[in-house]
Amino acid sequence: MNRRGKFIVGGAVIAAALAYMIYAGVTQSAVYFVTPAELRAAAMPGKAYRLGGMVVPGSLKWNPHALDLSFTLSDGTATVPVRHKGTPPDLFGEGRGAVVEGSWSSEGYFRASLIMAKHSEEYKAPHDKNQAGYQELIKTLKGEGR
Amino acid sequence: MTADVGFGMTIVALVLALYGGVVAAVGARTGRAALVESAQHAALGVFTLVTACFALLAYAFLTFDFSIRYVASNTNLGTPFYYRITGVWGALEGSIILWAWMLALYTLILIVRHREGARELYPWALATMLGILAFFLLVMSVAAPPFQRQLPVPANGRGLNPLLEDTGMITHPVALYLGFTGFTVPFAFAMAALATGRVGDTWLVLTRRWTIVAWYFLSLGLLIGGWWSYHVLGWGGYWAWDPVENAAFMPWLTGTAFLHSVMIQERRRMLKLWNIVLVILTFGLTLFGTFLTRSGVIASVHAFTQGSIGMLFLGFLALVMLTALGLVAWRWDALRSQGNLDSVVSRESAFLLNNVLLVAAAFTVFFGTVFPLLSEAVRGVKVSVGAPFFNQVNVPLFLSLIFLMGVGPLIAWRRASLENLKRNFLWPVVLGIVAAAIAFALGVRSALAALTFATTVFVAATIAVDVVRATRARLRVGERLLPAVGGLLRRHNRRYGGFVVHLGILIIALGVTGSHAWSVQTETTLKRGESTELAGYRLRFEGLSAAEESNHFKVVGAFTVTNGRALGTLQPAKKFYPQEQAPIAYVDYRLGLKEDIYVVLGDFARDGSQATIKVQVNRLVSWIWIGGVVLTLGALLAILPDRRETA
Repeated sequence: MNRRGKFIVGGAVIAAALAYMIYAGVTQSAVYFVTPAELRAAAMPGKAYRLGGMVVPGSLKWNPHALDLSFTLSDGTATVPVRHKGTPPDLFGEGRGAVVEGSWSSEGYFRASLIMAKHSEEYKAPHDKNQAGYQELIKTLKGEGR
Repeated sequence: MTADVGFGMTIVALVLALYGGVVAAVGARTGRAALVESAQHAALGVFTLVTACFALLAYAFLTFDFSIRYVASNTNLGTPFYYRITGVWGALEGSIILWAWMLALYTLILIVRHREGARELYPWALATMLGILAFFLLVMSVAAPPFQRQLPVPANGRGLNPLLEDTGMITHPVALYLGFTGFTVPFAFAMAALATGRVGDTWLVLTRRWTIVAWYFLSLGLLIGGWWSYHVLGWGGYWAWDPVENAAFMPWLTGTAFLHSVMIQERRRMLKLWNIVLVILTFGLTLFGTFLTRSGVIASVHAFTQGSIGMLFLGFLALVMLTALGLVAWRWDALRSQGNLDSVVSRESAFLLNNVLLVAAAFTVFFGTVFPLLSEAVRGVKVSVGAPFFNQVNVPLFLSLIFLMGVGPLIAWRRASLENLKRNFLWPVVLGIVAAAIAFALGVRSALAALTFATTVFVAATIAVDVVRATRARLRVGERLLPAVGGLLRRHNRRYGGFVVHLGILIIALGVTGSHAWSVQTETTLKRGESTELAGYRLRFEGLSAAEESNHFKVVGAFTVTNGRALGTLQPAKKFYPQEQAPIAYVDYRLGLKEDIYVVLGDFARDGSQATIKVQVNRLVSWIWIGGVVLTLGALLAILPDRRETA
């Protein structure tokens, strides 16, 4: 084989290997973005999902000793019960948006391996309600802390 | 008042930049030196005005001028002095000013350095720089105006994003933008080469050091970003393959490829077309990155301010790519290679393969990043690929690249004989195999870790072979050991600077491999006085305390750490900022060469009786930062003026 041929074959081999790696990578680590309604419509156990919705007020339960977190995500039309092993992240709370990654369990709930909370650098007017909560928090911590 | 002055200066700077760009191009075309000189004055004017804008905004920050919306959004009365200065580039509008200011600064340096030496290319390069600068000034005037008024003037501002109150965040954007803007100069000279038809080596030689400077800053920016992520964000990692990180990593990959392929053109007159395309691609990717992060098309946890700016960048990117590729097509014949590849086993081939792999890595990162868009367009479902995809595809590519790092610098040009291969690589290969055996004997069972270790030792050995050989040659002519090594580094600073950079990459590779293979973590809830254990460490929860800082309030946990002997107290905290809806975790850690112990305070009982913590023992992570320092030192060595040129 001449030199040019060798380089063409070499290039083709690299391209094929890369294409295969990308294909294998995509099929193995694809995560489907769904809303609670979409997940309810066609949930496949074992498939990786990223589920976004609002944490339904009153649904949040957190057991620090078992590190058990459970709550319900809603998109207004459907709700999905979610369970997670671990501490709730900082920006997580009832009535707020949350994105969870995990899979649908055959026992009828969403098993989240990761809870994501969005950080933002945008301006938000401080809410009076939150402000009051902050003051109250400082008070309790100062009074009873230690 | 401030708002009007700031906006006015922006508009004047925009007009001047446009004028300068046009005049420089006309001057280049007609050869009228007076026009080019006028463009130089315009550039100086633009620099002065952008500097004044920057100073004005900084002044507004220092004096708490909340009548400026940007100031009110990114600072408040409690913001400490130095974060009021760095708050200037804490968000979008200020970042654009910083970017424009750096571009203007680089334009001035370009004028000073190349006005005399590069008569043919210089006016076109100046025109390109001013054109790009005009675009950023346009963004500053319409899409992201930093001097917008806030009415009514609030009594206090919102404050800087607490995550940005960190020394890493002071330097990270500066380094990153110096890197991004730095690639504008080689791009401008490439455009000049295409415009004049002088596509030979001149533009490469002129921009050689510019490229290293840009690469140096981009690398520094990425490394500081990793450090910031590790010690501020509290997830124990330094790289998440997030779109924002990928956006900065792609130009780094193509820039690295360019850094290597220029050597082939200098030496063998090959790859002319490839070099031009690489520099266009690198510059395009810096714009694409900004489009990606600012347009909101890709969901990212970093969530920057979004808006019309994304579309502006996309439009400009399209314009730049069309113009550049159009020029390439126009000069197609001149861009043909003069040299030829003689053999598959040669330095040219090794460099070529290095380039192919780097561009392949950039492509995979690109593909993975825009995959949600692709899948939505093609199949109608939104699918993303996460870190597993990037790791899986890139690990083989990076391992091959590291291997080539050992081969490339030593293998013979043109055609490597068996004798040459044996002379250079016998010992390194033997040492690499021995290293793998030792790793196995020490109990390393991860094939990937063993392979990385072997490859690393192989490359380190090739560097040692070269340094020892070159030093011996100097000793033979009567030099003493230290001056001999010193002289080597100084006289061949580009080559040995490169070696030092390679060494830095090797150290980083070890750190990355170690942290992936051997880090452990646990999460637990402790009552006061209770302990938890992880990897030989014992943490005892001593209690919670509360404290008030200038702009926030914090709850601090105290955990005494022992591993047979007392290691002190770790104090992870949660900070409550009045402007934030949720608290922010403050990580505490003890760094070590072998491992870091890293504690994050999760949940806690308000009476201080219990706390939930995440404890990680992260292995070898410190070597990433050490490697980073080595890498940047190497790049600095390579930037120094070439002694052989002047001597």
